Amino acid sequence: MKEIKRSGAAIFSSKDGGENLVIAYPYKIDYIHSYAEDSEFFLGLAKGKLLGSACKKCNLKYGTPRGHCMRCGEETRWMELPLEGRVHSWTTCYFGSEEFLKETPFNLVLVEFQGVNTPFLSRLANAKTQDIYIGMKVKAQFRKNPKYSVSDVYFVPAPEPGRLAHEQRRR
Amino acid sequence: MKNDRRVYIVSGGVTKFAKAHPEMDFRLMVKKAFDYAMADVPSLSKKDIDRSRISYFSDHFTRQLKAASMVQDYLGLNPKDSRRIEWGGATGGQCIQAGWETIASGRSDVCLVAGFETMSRVETWKGNEFIALASDTNFDYPVGGFYTGYYALMVQRHIYEFLRKTRFYNIKDEKTAQRVATKEAMRIMAMVSVKNHTNALHNPYAQYPAKATLKSSLKGEMIAYPLNRPSICAMSDGAAVLILASEDVAYKYTDNPVLIKGVGCGTDTMRLADRPREHVPLLPWENEKDYENLDYPGVHSFRAGRTAALEAYQHAGITNPKKELSFIELHDAYASSEIQTYEDLGLCRYGEGYDFVEQGHPFLKNMDYGFELKDKGTIPVNPSGGLIACGHPVGATGIMQGVFAFWQLQNSIKKHFGSEKLQIKDAKRGLIHSHAGTGSSVTVSVLEAARRG
Repeated sequence: MKEIKRSGAAIFSSKDGGENLVIAYPYKIDYIHSYAEDSEFFLGLAKGKLLGSACKKCNLKYGTPRGHCMRCGEETRWMELPLEGRVHSWTTCYFGSEEFLKETPFNLVLVEFQGVNTPFLSRLANAKTQDIYIGMKVKAQFRKNPKYSVSDVYFVPAPEPGRLAHEQRRR
Repeated sequence: MKNDRRVYIVSGGVTKFAKAHPEMDFRLMVKKAFDYAMADVPSLSKKDIDRSRISYFSDHFTRQLKAASMVQDYLGLNPKDSRRIEWGGATGGQCIQAGWETIASGRSDVCLVAGFETMSRVETWKGNEFIALASDTNFDYPVGGFYTGYYALMVQRHIYEFLRKTRFYNIKDEKTAQRVATKEAMRIMAMVSVKNHTNALHNPYAQYPAKATLKSSLKGEMIAYPLNRPSICAMSDGAAVLILASEDVAYKYTDNPVLIKGVGCGTDTMRLADRPREHVPLLPWENEKDYENLDYPGVHSFRAGRTAALEAYQHAGITNPKKELSFIELHDAYASSEIQTYEDLGLCRYGEGYDFVEQGHPFLKNMDYGFELKDKGTIPVNPSGGLIACGHPVGATGIMQGVFAFWQLQNSIKKHFGSEKLQIKDAKRGLIHSHAGTGSSVTVSVLEAARRG
């Protein structure tokens, strides 16, 4: 199919001589998005605190907080996470969603914390692809001017004295 | 699933998947697939269709709410019962099961199952954004929401658990060992990519058939390490339909229907981070001991897929899928998730997915891929080319798999593809697998040839 014109709209001619008109249709929305029961986490980031949550009944500890426990359904309590952890898994993104294209390439990491049952998804800054590995020690940094987004926290490599510690096993 | 009525597929149709179809909107795409399916069963008339289940994934892509109602309208099926099905990437697979339920329950005799997506309405990076909105928008999306990134995180851990700790256990330096393991995994993922692109050369409906080689596949542009472009499916416009019928009427329309023998469905947490670390739900031939040191599913495996498979196998009475299935069409949005899915479906044990590829099991016997394979074609996976080569118009994808599997089991590939190169000889039973999110929702359905006379 051949595109024959583009000036806000494009007309495609098809084999049978017909024309298909394609127009641009802008669509912009500002959502009024409440963090609701997750609010404490985002307020914590602004104060340099990384919060997880723990089940009040079974004490399962979440590295990414949730208001109610997925196992027993009980309410959770807020819990401060250590600011150091290890890479549970990682990648470098060279492409992505429109909103983050200008930030590529960037590293995504799942960070695991000692004594916490589930990890936390974040960015890893100041690290090149060839230097990242599972088990690598990382520490949290906080954005100076909070945007009240989960990206107010990110991780950077942390110095590791002695030999490489392998992954921590948890159940 | 006691006392359910038998449900058969009596016809199917699919549009050619393409980057864009500016000459057809979603209504016309579905209409074309529908007309094709109707033409294939001349004794069935539109008035025999008593209900419809219509699927599409994203209102964002369509920018038209209630698009399923517009399809119902365009096909002239008003005022009959209809509903829209949405389940992320597994929208199509779920729509088939919704149709199955409608008939199995006795509420319908002939039900249309139709799905579509028009992803060309936005640029690719905007499309990535829409798809990433199918991740937690408080905690996951704002970090850099990108599905290929999520799947890269999952396969990196899979490689760590199952290649670094096994094939490369003797390399002392941790970072080196992980690098070598990832390189090995990339070579094996490239084999999957070559398989699917090569198979699709003989599928006229596929969007990206290609004469791919290991070398060309490994050279592809890196998108999210270690996943490169040839190992990732593309966005597409397309539609697919199946017509389902009850045991009471199926043979009125065709003497060569296909039985939906078993259905299964499973779920898991939306956030990767929340995935539990527990035990593997075992298939009959697996032992607790096989997985002694494995935290399951973690982020490396799909518990939803395993759960769906267990249910479908039980429903269909399958105890050894590798022996009892003739082929599989599974949701290979990424070459990595194809390998992970072999393990979920029990085609091999967890951790053996890479060996399974290298040994040649999921390839087609009669196809030249440019490399030698020892056990070639014991259970062909994605003979159609899968999502990697056919494209992935989300709401149509799971139904497309159903259509291709239906034609395989009818032994009618030649009629519909114009070549019998992809026809699996004496195909008796096939499995279709539809998968959503980061593995948050999966359906598995087992189909069986049911030719009479």
